[in-house]
Amino acid sequence: MRVIVKSDHRAPVVVSMVWYKVGSIDERSGTTGVAHVLEHMLFKGTKAVPSGEFSRIIAEAGGRDNAFTSRDYTGYYQTLHKSQLALVMRLEADRMVNALLAPEEFAKEIKVVMEERRWRTDDRPRSLVYEQLNAAAFRAHPYRNPVIGWMSDLENMRVQDAREFYDAWYAPNNATLVVVGDVTPEEVFKLARQHFGPLPRKTLPLRRITEEPQQLGPQDLTVRAPAELPYVLMNYKAPVLRDPDADWEPYALEMLANVLDGNEAARLNRTLVRTARIASSASAYYDGVARGPGTFSLSGTPTPGKTARELEQALRREVEKLIAEGVTEEELQRVKAQAVASHVYERDSMFYQAQQIGSLTMAGLSHRVIDLFVEKLKAVTAEQVVAVAKKYLVDSGLTVAYLDPQPLSGKKPAGPPPGVRHAQ
Amino acid sequence: MPSKALHLLAFALLLAAAQAAHALLPIEHWETQRGARVYFVQNRDLPMLDVSVDFPAGAAFDTREKSGRANLTAHMLRLGAGGMDEDEISRRMADVGAQLAGRFDPDRAGAGVRTLSSAKERQQAIELLARILARPEFSATVLEREKVRLTGALKEADTKPDTIAARTFARMLYPKHPYGLRSSGEVGTVTTLTREDLASFHRSHYTADRAVIAMMGDVTREEAAAIAEALTAGLPATGGAAPTVPPVPALEKGAERWVVHHATQSHILMGTPGVSRGDPDYFPLFVGNYVLGGGGFQSRLTEEVRTKRGLAYSAYSYFSPMLREGPFAVGLQTQASGARDALAVVRKTVADFIAQGPTAKELAAAKKNIVGGFPLRIDSNRKILENLAVIGFYRMPLTYLDDFTTNVERVTAEQVKAAFQRRIDPNRLATVVVGPSGESTAKAN
Repeated sequence: MRVIVKSDHRAPVVVSMVWYKVGSIDERSGTTGVAHVLEHMLFKGTKAVPSGEFSRIIAEAGGRDNAFTSRDYTGYYQTLHKSQLALVMRLEADRMVNALLAPEEFAKEIKVVMEERRWRTDDRPRSLVYEQLNAAAFRAHPYRNPVIGWMSDLENMRVQDAREFYDAWYAPNNATLVVVGDVTPEEVFKLARQHFGPLPRKTLPLRRITEEPQQLGPQDLTVRAPAELPYVLMNYKAPVLRDPDADWEPYALEMLANVLDGNEAARLNRTLVRTARIASSASAYYDGVARGPGTFSLSGTPTPGKTARELEQALRREVEKLIAEGVTEEELQRVKAQAVASHVYERDSMFYQAQQIGSLTMAGLSHRVIDLFVEKLKAVTAEQVVAVAKKYLVDSGLTVAYLDPQPLSGKKPAGPPPGVRHAQ
Repeated sequence: MPSKALHLLAFALLLAAAQAAHALLPIEHWETQRGARVYFVQNRDLPMLDVSVDFPAGAAFDTREKSGRANLTAHMLRLGAGGMDEDEISRRMADVGAQLAGRFDPDRAGAGVRTLSSAKERQQAIELLARILARPEFSATVLEREKVRLTGALKEADTKPDTIAARTFARMLYPKHPYGLRSSGEVGTVTTLTREDLASFHRSHYTADRAVIAMMGDVTREEAAAIAEALTAGLPATGGAAPTVPPVPALEKGAERWVVHHATQSHILMGTPGVSRGDPDYFPLFVGNYVLGGGGFQSRLTEEVRTKRGLAYSAYSYFSPMLREGPFAVGLQTQASGARDALAVVRKTVADFIAQGPTAKELAAAKKNIVGGFPLRIDSNRKILENLAVIGFYRMPLTYLDDFTTNVERVTAEQVKAAFQRRIDPNRLATVVVGPSGESTAKAN
């Protein structure tokens, strides 16, 4: 097990997170959602710590605890007084190998997860748009499945599915412990060795993840659901960071997203919302840290009276304009100043720092990327921004989803979720 | 040797005494020349500064006819001020990496900024914040655009079951009180608001003598004083008697309302006007609510609704203390077919708790969590700033945080039971269920 410690002595508090490199990306057809269901079940007891006891012990120690499941990983965390770190490690080490996964607990918890799916996705038109878009943008890669799972898979799921997933993936050699807070690396390493050291390694399953075949042309889809305003979400295939020192495109894509939407005076808000008044909101987003393929997305809500297709055209025109006319030095400087400042602000949250370290590690990257990132962003040139826009914001890798609002009366929303946070 | 040990012991006692006298979080408090209250904690660990400036100018200061005026005033501050248009303000903020944040809740409205503490960045950020607070322009053309955006968002929100439930709930709790108004206004009232409505609200509510400034971070006391003066120098002068929020009448009787909505889940809210800031019942209610529905998996509501029956993903209760009695609310979402069962479980859980109060074991567990978790309430600049803003606005004692754990420890099971019985009558609760199985009726219960 890898252990990463960041000392932060501002308050007598510690954030401890155990990250497993297993998420919905590792699921199979028929049992989608099992990574997340298992996350719920890890609060349902071991022989030594009966169901519900985990959270009770943490609560009585003055702590907060929860968990999150994403496409790429599953994480469990506690925030509490630093004196309680040993307790947390003992509990996490225990459930890494001793989860009971009792059938009667499973029977109740799967119902909770179905409620969670209804709440997160089925009754939220924009979540449905996101879910449907992913299912279309990825034809073969497991990113096509929602983290929470398709409802029919939840209905068919058995406790054995969770058991098999647990037996396959939960082991110290598939986990990373991240601790941020008022502690020294030496004391954390010592505790980690004591509690996790005795746990056996496992031979992990082969990670056979279907690669997404190259997209051969643009595609679009429509989601009809009860809503007032339309919405458009455009997803372009894009690369992710693999070699933080040698790669440059991911940094340029990050810069591109910020030139478009990094502040209120950035292009999309200034032009589409404030000046042309075609959008009520418009945004650009790029996430270059992932185990699987990356995406660059543009999205927005048309202003009343405008359509989703009109807004889509306006978003495309902004990209074309950027490619034709370039970006200014002033825009780049502004984004860089924001990045430098954000790098300071991030240190105000221990939880955020732990999350950054964990998510980078899960994507196979070093936590050192956190510092490198600012330097790399500062080095991005105007030409590079235009180059990545030209290369990746193109039709051939585009999937567009429209929300077609339906009147409230009589219609039922059709179908289903994105990243799932949590167990509580 | 014995004498040395004794000496050491005496020294340790001295040290303990010195620490006890020393506040946990040394809050410095003063007034600016124009009467604004300042609450400052210095911390030099990170080269950054957080500042917020709030006024009693939240939605509770709206009238029914001009509902949404307070929100739109706060929202428009940054969209043009003192000769700078909205883009110039946004650009200049971003140029120094500063982050502007608005605040708007039923009681408070204002703005704040997070900035690097280095001189150039800090000065530019503070200058911009001072400008938008003191000299907002409320440009008519920008206002027209924002009204269109806002009414669109209101109509969109009105399609969501959680919004419908929350709005119905607020109207049931506060039928004649401004806490029952929609904080962002109604489509019908927002469209009638004029530039002059906002400008006059700003003149009368954003006055220097009612400003509350919270400041946390890497500046000296002298620098903090200069910043506070700069932030208040240009604010409107006092507009006479301070605006007040009227008292909240108690609910006369219980009521249950079912609203049809074609979602897969029913959204349930149940409650009553609860408690105001500074109320002597606050700590018993706060600690007791941990047991009822505030303590996540440790709470009775989660245990009964989720853990035992799998009826919902989340079930909770909370008190929201405000200038007047903010809501006590119990909430959950459940599969439509299970709404009646879930509602029965919730009613019984609440009624039992009010009748019997917490067990000794439950109370002890609640205290352990709240007291043991106290450091988590002040473990970042952001959280400390938010505490300062609340302490200042609600004129709570400067020792509020120092006394917090003592006040929690002191709570007895009898006090919890008595406080809940004084505040919540299980037969006079407002309940709303929004979902597919509703029959769209209102009935007294």
